[in-house]
Amino acid sequence: MCDTRRFIGKACLVIAGALLAAPVQAEEPKHGGILRIYHRDSPASASIHEEATFSTNIPFMGVYNNLVLYDQHKPQNSIDTIVPELAESWSLSEDHKKLTFKLRSGVKWHDGKPFTAADVKCTFDLLMGKSKDKLRKNPRETWYNNVVDVTTNGDNEATFNLKRPQPSLIALLASGYSQIYSCHVSARDMRVKPIGTGPFKFVEFKQNESIKLTRNPDYWKKGLPYLDGIEFTIIPNRSTAILAFIAGKFDMTFPTEVTIPLLKDIKAQAPDAICKVVPINVSTNLIVNRDVAPFDNADLRLAMVYALDRKSFIDILAEGQSEIGASMLPPPEGVWGMPPDMLPKLPGYGPDVKANSAKAREIMEKLGYGPQKHLALKVSTRNIATYRDPAVILIDQLKDIYIDAELEPVETSVWHAKASRKDYIIGLNLTGNAVDDPDQNFYENYACGSERNFTGYCNKELDALFDKQSQETNVEARKKIVWDIEKKLVEDVARPIIMHPRQGTCWHPALKSYTVMVNSSYNGYRFEDIWLDK
Amino acid sequence: MASYLTRRLMLMVVTLFGISIIIFFLLRVVPGNIVDILFDSAGMVNPAEKVKIERELGLDKPIPVQYIAWIGGIAQGDLGYSYVSEKPAMDEIAPRIPVTAKLALMALIFSIALGIPLGVISAVKQNSAVDYVLRVLSLTGLSVPAFWLGLLILMVFVARFGTIPIYTEPTKSLWDELLLYSVPAAAVGFRSSALIMRLTRSSMLEVMRQDYIRTARAKGASARAVNYDHALRNALLPVVTIVGIEAAFLIGGLIVTETVFNIPGVARFLVEAIRTRDYPIVQNLVMFIAIVVVVVNFLVDLTYAALDPRIKYAD
Repeated sequence: MCDTRRFIGKACLVIAGALLAAPVQAEEPKHGGILRIYHRDSPASASIHEEATFSTNIPFMGVYNNLVLYDQHKPQNSIDTIVPELAESWSLSEDHKKLTFKLRSGVKWHDGKPFTAADVKCTFDLLMGKSKDKLRKNPRETWYNNVVDVTTNGDNEATFNLKRPQPSLIALLASGYSQIYSCHVSARDMRVKPIGTGPFKFVEFKQNESIKLTRNPDYWKKGLPYLDGIEFTIIPNRSTAILAFIAGKFDMTFPTEVTIPLLKDIKAQAPDAICKVVPINVSTNLIVNRDVAPFDNADLRLAMVYALDRKSFIDILAEGQSEIGASMLPPPEGVWGMPPDMLPKLPGYGPDVKANSAKAREIMEKLGYGPQKHLALKVSTRNIATYRDPAVILIDQLKDIYIDAELEPVETSVWHAKASRKDYIIGLNLTGNAVDDPDQNFYENYACGSERNFTGYCNKELDALFDKQSQETNVEARKKIVWDIEKKLVEDVARPIIMHPRQGTCWHPALKSYTVMVNSSYNGYRFEDIWLDK
Repeated sequence: MASYLTRRLMLMVVTLFGISIIIFFLLRVVPGNIVDILFDSAGMVNPAEKVKIERELGLDKPIPVQYIAWIGGIAQGDLGYSYVSEKPAMDEIAPRIPVTAKLALMALIFSIALGIPLGVISAVKQNSAVDYVLRVLSLTGLSVPAFWLGLLILMVFVARFGTIPIYTEPTKSLWDELLLYSVPAAAVGFRSSALIMRLTRSSMLEVMRQDYIRTARAKGASARAVNYDHALRNALLPVVTIVGIEAAFLIGGLIVTETVFNIPGVARFLVEAIRTRDYPIVQNLVMFIAIVVVVVNFLVDLTYAALDPRIKYAD
């Protein structure tokens, strides 16, 4: 295969992508049928750009198109699996500061109006806060910090003008969070009645009840989609939802939402169901308030990370089916994560748990704590099982190093507000990475000033390294910088990663051609060429 | 009677006014801000945008001003907009009311239809094997949590019949609707039926020891006439009170049942609206429930007079 520079520069990715896009299917797809999926909760809105949860991506991704997209049948998202969508091809200027997309002609919005380059400009002006119309929430504004502006040349060409080279901008544009919106529909309307160019048209969204999409008969990919529609029934009660799936009420579970114990129930009661367990690229981690006592003390922060027995977390919570890693998703599913042989050299990652714990106690004793003097604090977390359960294990592990922690369950809907106010000492948190790419993770979660950097961690040296890796076009050279950053983030106790969980997705055999992504839970829901053999 | 009715109606208006104040102000002292919650799904909070949205939703105004705007809106039939869905609150609430009303009515019918006859049988067959079985059944009904019973029913349906009686799409006929609601209605009505059964039994036993029952027996009335015409009618008064109270309490049971059986009614919707601090939805829904409870209580009072000729509502 081509190297990355040639790959992007000469758009050979387009050719490779087109080849890869051909789905490997043994059977002749059938048209028709309604795909039924249960949904875990009621999404806050239908506007993907305003939300940061796959509760929104999964039901609404089929309404839209991107300029480019991760191949929906390649499980591992990477720069090599990006295929064209509304863009027919793309090219980079010699100085790598202009990324130009040639756009498809003849594409129409669901209301019949033509799609043009102006819509591309409108979308990114909206995301960069440059348009008159404003998004109510804009969680990914930092993704486009390096974009000066988007310019158009006629109706079929749009150029992203960059401050500096950023080879992975294309990776961000290929995510399930990078849909193209139209100029003629307001941000408010996109929240309640979205219009896109995608394979499915929005029919209705009843809060706490259902979301319905219907086939777009004028979809620009002729013959697609195969399905007549998709219906999501919102069932917040997980037991009811799983039982309904087992009883055949649904073709598929809510993607990447089946826990390992529940997976056993499904396999026992619906043995024909096909289930895949994959990393979801949502890390379980700690947010530590380093601005106030006691964790304004770097040594105490370090003692805490030495106290973490990551394997116990994984054994208890996921029956051994999760990964230990640093800030990036570890290989083999993760593209950028640190190699396994490097991990044990990081503080607290060594395999000898007792030695780690002893080291933690030694630090604590130097700080004046011991069997007679314990440190009392609260571990705050969302009051839902996926957060609460690891928090309880953490509290147990902290006892070994003279920390008496008490669980503070926080009402789930105000968790981010509390985290943003830094109203916590330690928080047990989950961080989802939409794209398995360092730019997305580092700029969003660790860069100075980012709104999603809840800990307020700010290290100018690392910010410079973020920029350095971001403009590095050689993949291997970039990986080395990324691993160096990961190491420094661990040493700095920026956001200690406990584990990278795996979760399951199940479907009945009648559902065909669905591929579960292995390094993102946010990008694989266009649903245009999946079909039902009923 | 006319002046009694007028007095009661006026009292109802005053009660509802008081409730409206309590609902409105309590909701605003609950920790958590709707705008913070709106931002939660974006995984961040932008303070500048937060202020803008608060202004947009009218939350920057003093609380009494917000209250007057709400009550003024209700008087004009305008319930405001849901903060979450951005749709008129009326459009969100109205389709869900009949769902819960039907489910509650079926649950109530189930509990009365099961509770009263079994209570009578239990009393008439006091200390027999039938009585013991029914007493165990009623105690079970009172002890079993509705969510546990609901899940158990679902598991049995899936394991035995390969189907699951939950709501996934609108029903196409009255029969489908009856089928859909019958299982959750039974699940939620089981507890009420147990209560009614126990109360009917004890009330019947008390009445059956009265002199007029002995007199009825002495003059040769049949057992059926004694039990049903003389005893049951008089024993029903406390049962009616409990049925009235249970009708109001059903909403609590329905929250769990609607969640387990995935019924898109107001009870589950209310919980979700409270979680998201969707004030217009919560305020209007709680007011609606308050109106239902006040009206049901009023009707129960009127039923007393119909059941017991000695009760008169004097002018």
